[in-house]
Amino acid sequence: MTAALRRHGWSYLFVLPTFSLFVLFTLLPVAQGLVLALQDARVTGGTFIGLANFGTLADDPAFRQALGNTVLYATVVVAAQVTLALVVASLIQPLGARSRVFYRALFYLPLVNSAILVAMVWRWIFNPNPFGLANAALGTLGLGPFLWIGSSDQALLAVILSAVLTIPGGGVVLYSAAIGSLPRELYEAADLEGAGPFAKWRHITVPLLRPTTLYLVVVYTILAFQVFERVYIMTNGGGPNNATITIVQLIYSTAFQFGRYGLASAMAVVLFVMAIVVAIAQFRSLRTDVEY
Amino acid sequence: MSSIRRRLPVHVLLLVAGALSLFPLYWLFLTSLSPTQYVVRVPPEVVPRELSVGNYQRLFETTPIVRWLVNTVVIAGVITAFHLLFDSMAGYAFAKRRFPGKDVMFWLIVSTLTVPAQVTLIPVFFILRALGLLDTYPGVILPGLADVFGVFLMKQFIQTLPTELEHAARVDGASEWQVYRHIIVPLSRPALAVLAIFTFQRYWNAFIFPLVILRDPAKYPVQVGLATLQGEFNTDYGMLMTGAAVAALPMIAVFFAFQRQFVEGIRIGGVKG
Repeated sequence: MTAALRRHGWSYLFVLPTFSLFVLFTLLPVAQGLVLALQDARVTGGTFIGLANFGTLADDPAFRQALGNTVLYATVVVAAQVTLALVVASLIQPLGARSRVFYRALFYLPLVNSAILVAMVWRWIFNPNPFGLANAALGTLGLGPFLWIGSSDQALLAVILSAVLTIPGGGVVLYSAAIGSLPRELYEAADLEGAGPFAKWRHITVPLLRPTTLYLVVVYTILAFQVFERVYIMTNGGGPNNATITIVQLIYSTAFQFGRYGLASAMAVVLFVMAIVVAIAQFRSLRTDVEY
Repeated sequence: MSSIRRRLPVHVLLLVAGALSLFPLYWLFLTSLSPTQYVVRVPPEVVPRELSVGNYQRLFETTPIVRWLVNTVVIAGVITAFHLLFDSMAGYAFAKRRFPGKDVMFWLIVSTLTVPAQVTLIPVFFILRALGLLDTYPGVILPGLADVFGVFLMKQFIQTLPTELEHAARVDGASEWQVYRHIIVPLSRPALAVLAIFTFQRYWNAFIFPLVILRDPAKYPVQVGLATLQGEFNTDYGMLMTGAAVAALPMIAVFFAFQRQFVEGIRIGGVKG
């Protein structure tokens, strides 16, 4: 042991600060989170109650609503984001290098802002009054006014629209880099066959970008599962009749407003499992990719 | 010439998409600069008739926004500084050095990369409470030092550096620390720049952890402060948009100053939060 320390002391010194902080504030908390999920932990400690918290969740209409909203939000938003990123990156690619740099920056700029202030603007845009911008814009088409965040039917739609209406700049950059590194020979061969630009895109570009697509689907899905600030700000933490409640919003209120830490930890475990399932699904489809 | 004409529709389409994407930001600044009595108009005016800094005066006079901005710079700045030091040290060890337990440690780190942050929120809250660090700056900063994305980034980068320089320095009698400090750190500048930008942005925008850990409004970072403005000035959109504008400006300035690092960072690190 001491010999190892003398030989490798520097290596351990180099990893020590990061690794000890990682153990204390990530590794232990993950383990403790799993334990808390099996406890009836209230403001002060808790007793072991097995899987009872998960039974409570299964019967809890608010949690079911949160789960359904989160999955619906993630499905629509991720489908839109990945499609938009692919289309925009494909449009940018044939342009000159300077245009590419310009457009990547243009599409990334809106994303440097915090979820909080973005949600504040969307709340202002989707407010239910005639002076709300969304209502005014639709009003010129003879539609509305809509109640948006003031209505249990439309609040989730407003939250989803706020996410869908922004071009996902990160995805554009990743797709753009991936398209740039695709082998040119395939396109030259397709040119010889007389394939048009759309046919080349459809039959060469899109299939070859599959690894990037899968990566983006996974990352965007896991991020979408964690949607919180939009709901917290746009709809005061859940909207009318819990119309926009999401899992993280419910974790926050269950733990830090109602002191039911065990139950909230069980919700966090559900979220964790959802993230793992998505990651495994990606791994699987990448593996089948190799097979043909 | 013909290629420009052919590409014109593409440019128009992309510019329209970009304008739509940027529009909320434009609307934010426009609302903040409207005279208070004209913020609410039917129909809303997308092109301003009159601009005023009245909302900004009200904001700075009636809210601790300056204090919140200073808090955010301190919190995000300290977290970033420690990440640059610790992540480059650990990244160097994982990339270039051999020691017992290395693979297990790195595997543990990688295996937590997909864990949603909310999973650790409640236990971290308990740990900080046990340490007496709730409602303190160290309570917000310490958990921020535990995210391991930077270790991963630095390891990937340092792996690509040539090993000969290190050997040469050791032959010349350099200590292990000097090898790290005078060979690895200077060569890692591009990755460190990306890490600095990403970390600063991440903690400038952080919300749920400080929301849970801090109680005293004087300690709030700006995002948490903004959320409390929302409660206080519920429908005073002039005030709310001005607060949001003041919080947005520093990040936008950072973006224009370091665009290349942002784009480079996504390419190296993926679309992390």
